[in-house]
Amino acid sequence: MRIVFEHLTKRFGAVIAVDDVSLTVGEGELVALLGPSGCGKSTALFLAAGLYRPSAGRILFGHRVVNDVPPQDRGVGMMFQSYALYPHLTVFENIAFPLRVKRLPAAEVSRRVQEVAALTGITEVLRRRPGQLSGGQQQRVALCRALVKAPAVLLLDEPLSNLDARLREVTRAEIKRLQRELKITTLFVSHDQAEALGIADRVGVMQSGRLVALMTPGELYDHPPSRFVAEFIGTPPMNFLPVNVADGRITFDSVVICRLSAPPLPLGGYVLGIRPEHLRVAVQGDLQAEVMLVEPTGREVLIHAACGQVHLRILADAQTRVALGQRVRLQVEWERVHLFDAESGQAARVGGIAP
Amino acid sequence: MPDAVAPRGRWAVVLALVILSAPIIVMYGWLLLASFSGSTTGLVPHGFALENWRFLWTTLPNQANAWVAAANSLTFAVVLAGFELCIGSMAAYALSRMNFPGRGVFLSSTIVLHSFPSVTLLIAIFLILRFLGLYDQLVGVILVKLALDLPLGIWIMKGFYDGVPWDIEAAALTDGYSRIRVWWRVMLPLIKPGLFAFGIFAFLSGWNEFLLPYVLLPSQGSQTLSVLMAGLAGEERFADYGLVTALAVFYILPAVLVFGLTQKYLLQIFSGGVKG
Repeated sequence: MRIVFEHLTKRFGAVIAVDDVSLTVGEGELVALLGPSGCGKSTALFLAAGLYRPSAGRILFGHRVVNDVPPQDRGVGMMFQSYALYPHLTVFENIAFPLRVKRLPAAEVSRRVQEVAALTGITEVLRRRPGQLSGGQQQRVALCRALVKAPAVLLLDEPLSNLDARLREVTRAEIKRLQRELKITTLFVSHDQAEALGIADRVGVMQSGRLVALMTPGELYDHPPSRFVAEFIGTPPMNFLPVNVADGRITFDSVVICRLSAPPLPLGGYVLGIRPEHLRVAVQGDLQAEVMLVEPTGREVLIHAACGQVHLRILADAQTRVALGQRVRLQVEWERVHLFDAESGQAARVGGIAP
Repeated sequence: MPDAVAPRGRWAVVLALVILSAPIIVMYGWLLLASFSGSTTGLVPHGFALENWRFLWTTLPNQANAWVAAANSLTFAVVLAGFELCIGSMAAYALSRMNFPGRGVFLSSTIVLHSFPSVTLLIAIFLILRFLGLYDQLVGVILVKLALDLPLGIWIMKGFYDGVPWDIEAAALTDGYSRIRVWWRVMLPLIKPGLFAFGIFAFLSGWNEFLLPYVLLPSQGSQTLSVLMAGLAGEERFADYGLVTALAVFYILPAVLVFGLTQKYLLQIFSGGVKG
C-alpha cells in the first residue's frame, strides 16, 4: 500500500513543524526522511501514524484518505526511537500486544510471535522483560512488535540511533533485508545521512519543515539541488568556496581558477562546492593551500588545509605524503563540482562546470 | 564518608539522637503498658489487668460501641481510598495527557483550593449536607472528605502519569488500542506501585480523620473511632485514663499494621510510578 502526503502541513501554535510537504512512498518502497533535529521529519512520521492530526493537506493510504482515522485503526507498524517497550510485560507479551487486541486464538498468537522472533533471532529472550535486555535486543523486540501484525505500512522513527556503531550497521542491513522480504511500504526517519543513504530506495531531505529534496541516494550525492542538501550529505562534508563569475571565468580571492563551460551563467556571487574526494594534491593545480592537519583514516588520509580564509578537506590516497605547514597545490575535478547561488543556495549548475 | 565523624563524635551524635527520639518511644511504650495496667501513678503502671479493654465486650455507658465505631472508621477509610483512587486516577490521566479548555485554570485552582484549611468551610458544609439530607450519614462525610482530599491526590497521581514516556502510550495506540484501553492495559499497570502507595496514604488519612466526623456525625451509631476516642478523653466528670489508653492502642493498631505490611510500597510514592 502506498503512502501519499498531499501539501501536508502541521502547525503547533505559531510553529510550523511540517510545511506543505508532498511525497509518495510507492508500494513496497523504503523512503527515508533525513534532516537535522527539529526539521519536522519525526512530526511527518507521527502524522502518518495518526498520532498528530494534520493542520492542512491530506494523507492517503492507497486511495483512502486517512486524515481522520485514529492511530489504532490505521494498522501501521511503528517503531519508536526510544523503542517504547512496555516495561511491565515480558518480551513475548510485548510482541503479542498488537495481536491481543484482535482477540486471536492463543495458538495463532504464539505461532506469529515465534515467527517474527525467529526472523530477528530473539527467540531465547521471549520470557524476559525489556529491562533485562541489551539495547540491541530491545531494538529487535521493538521491530518484532511493529512487524507482528504484518502491517501494510511500516514507520520507523530513528530506529538505530541508540545502538553502537557496529550493531547499527548489522541492524541496518537486517531491516533492509526484512523490508525487502516482506515488501512493506516503509517510511524511515533518520538524522544520520549514512544510515538514510544506506537503507533507502529514495531519500527525502527536510529543512525547517520543508521537503527540499526527494531522490535516490546516488542522485542526492552527485546532484544535490541546494547548498543545504550538499552540506548535509557526505562525510567528510563538502568544501565551499565563495567565488565570482564574470566573463565566463570563475575567480576565487581575485584569482581566476577556472573557465566556465557553456551555457554561460549570470554575473555575480556563487558558492563553489567541491567534495573532498574531488580534490587532489598535485604538482600543478588550480588552488593553493597550506596543510593544517593530517588525519589518517586507514584506507585514506584526510588532509585539512587552509586556502585563504577557507578550510578545505581533501580526501587523498593513503600514500600521499604531506607535511604540516607545507604549501600544496590542489587539482580540482571540475566535471564533478557544484555551483550554488550565493544568495538562494540553489544549485546554479549541476553536473560539473567545466570539461 | 565512613570516617567523616571521629568515633567519639559519632557517639555524641547517636546519644543526641537517642535523647531526641526518646519521648516518642517512651510515649508509645507507656501507652501499651498502661493499657494493660490496673492503675498508674504518674508514669508508673501497677499490676496487670484487662479491665481497661472492657470496651471490647461491652458497650461503654453513654458512648458508642467500639466495634461499631471501628466498623464505621474502616468503612470510611476504605471507601474513601477506593473512590480517591478511582476518580483520581482518571482525572489525573486526563490532566496529564489531554488538552482541553480550562486545563491550566483547573490545575492551578486545585492547588489553591487545597491550601484553604477545611475548618473554614465547616459551617457551609454542615448547611449543605443538612440540605441534602446527608447530615449525620457516613456517605455525607465520605463525600466531603473526598472533595477535600482529591485535589492533592490528583496532583500526586498526575505526577505518576507525567513520568510515563509519551512514546509508550503512542506505541500502544499504533498497536491498535483505543485511548481508554491504552489507559487500562498500559498506563495503569505502569503506575500501579504509585497508585498502591497513594491508596494506603488515603486509607490512613481516612482512618485518622477526626474533625469532619466529629462535626458531621453526631449520633452514636455513626461515630468513628477517632470521635469515640475524643469523647472518652474529654469526659467531663472524670476521665478513665486506663480506658483511654486501651482504646488508643486499639485505634492505632490497624494503622500500624497497614503501615508495617506495606511500608516498602509506600516508599514508591516518592520514586514515581514507573520502574524501567
